[in-house]
Amino acid sequence: MKGARWQGLVFPLGLLLLGEAAFAWSHIQSDSIAAPSAALLAGYDALTDGSMLQATGDTMFAAIAGLSIGGGVGLLLGLVLGTAPVLDRLMEFTIEAVRPIPSVALIPVALLVYGFGYRMEIAVVTFSSTWPVLIMTRSAIAGIEPRLIEVARALRFNFAQRVWKIVLPAALPRIFVGFRLAAGVALIVAVTCEISANPIGLGYGMMMAEQSLHPDLMLAFLVWIGVVGWCWNWTMITAQKRLFGPAALVEPAR
Amino acid sequence: MPQAFAPEQTTTPSAPGGAAPLIAFHDVCLTIAGNEILRDISFEISRGEFVCVVGPSGCGKTTTLRLISGLMHPSSGQVTFEGRPVTGPRQDVAIMFQDYGRALLPWRTAAGNVSLALESLGVPRSERADRIQDLLVKVGLKGQDKRFPNQLSGGMQQRLQIARCLAQNPSVLLMDEPFGALDAMTRQALQDEVLSIVAATGATVFFVTHDLEEAVYLGDRVIGLLPHPGRVAKTVSVDLPRPRDQLSSRETPQFLHLRRELFDFIKEAEA
Repeated sequence: MKGARWQGLVFPLGLLLLGEAAFAWSHIQSDSIAAPSAALLAGYDALTDGSMLQATGDTMFAAIAGLSIGGGVGLLLGLVLGTAPVLDRLMEFTIEAVRPIPSVALIPVALLVYGFGYRMEIAVVTFSSTWPVLIMTRSAIAGIEPRLIEVARALRFNFAQRVWKIVLPAALPRIFVGFRLAAGVALIVAVTCEISANPIGLGYGMMMAEQSLHPDLMLAFLVWIGVVGWCWNWTMITAQKRLFGPAALVEPAR
Repeated sequence: MPQAFAPEQTTTPSAPGGAAPLIAFHDVCLTIAGNEILRDISFEISRGEFVCVVGPSGCGKTTTLRLISGLMHPSSGQVTFEGRPVTGPRQDVAIMFQDYGRALLPWRTAAGNVSLALESLGVPRSERADRIQDLLVKVGLKGQDKRFPNQLSGGMQQRLQIARCLAQNPSVLLMDEPFGALDAMTRQALQDEVLSIVAATGATVFFVTHDLEEAVYLGDRVIGLLPHPGRVAKTVSVDLPRPRDQLSSRETPQFLHLRRELFDFIKEAEA
């Protein structure tokens, strides 16, 4: 297992070494690309002087805030639409008309309303992370075993108790899948906001490095964004395993 | 006996026909989306009586049970409980479903599933643990409290459903083919379990089954329904002495006679 992992690293490491060697032999002076070693050094400097961590904090703050608001709204709407078929039919057209709007297209609108800063970025992230949670919540609730609802009725639970004791726990594993998808989208959209308009965070840092002709720093940001994304995804998958691991394990036994 | 199992409203079981009926159907009809499900159903159930319902599939056995439970309402006519029309589920009426795999909460342990009923009654958290243990012991699930339903056998899951029903202190148990999916040995063990629980609590039971011998073995009375639309076609009183025994009760001439009578009824119905 461990051997297989190391084997997976052979190709990318070889490619980096090859790039490094090519730079060393050709003595290229370039404003558009940089040697891996130069990117590594620039990344080290940016990390140690705090600027890159500051940018990471900005991006993650916007992503998490947007994900929280969007996820909350999606969960609430999904619960309502999943439990009230009448409202679901009423809202279906509106949702299907608004949902396909690329969230990036909202950047100019958000910029006009909120100006530069966290607020516009959070707004766009909120929009984009609402939908995965809403859609998964709605379908998770529609897929709940009807017998369980009957049990809840027979025990005379009121609406809130029914949601809390039956609907949410039954639907939660699938809702979390929606939340995980939304988390991935949130980070992508946050960085996109920063690259295209908002002067904060990792995306802006990368843009600045590019425009000030520092390809080494630009590449360092690119690699760092990859690392952050990987950690973010790992956190979500680990959380999912921790929260629903036993349930997921016993599921096939039914 | 722990106080938990003493039904609140049940006094000594009155003789059938003596006092006013506990549950009564008055000319109940049910039509769903143009399909006539039940027509002119009328019968009464006395307090403490064990009534079994049999009939070919599609005759509305389960539907009559759901009408009593208040999960469904008749199109015309009336179902009454203690003389008042049934408007919805009641605290002292417990329902046991056939499909234990779906009626239990898979994300809660055995103890958690029993707790659900206690939560519905508003039993304070501090009192729940003891009552859950008492109930699990009572249905033969001692030491299984931390296992999840899908880690239990079918028979044990049905025992767990019985425990959840008993947690409600029911004066009426509605049982919808509860043992239909179990093997013969487990079924007999649970039949006796139910009989002893009913004997101890004096609960009234409405028991839907497709097993005619089970109906005769358990019931004070067996109601036979006919399909298309569902209607009452036969009522037989079972005057086998209690307590009943899986071997000797089933060998008595009365038992064999009643069994024959019901088999003939079903055969005629399906002809």
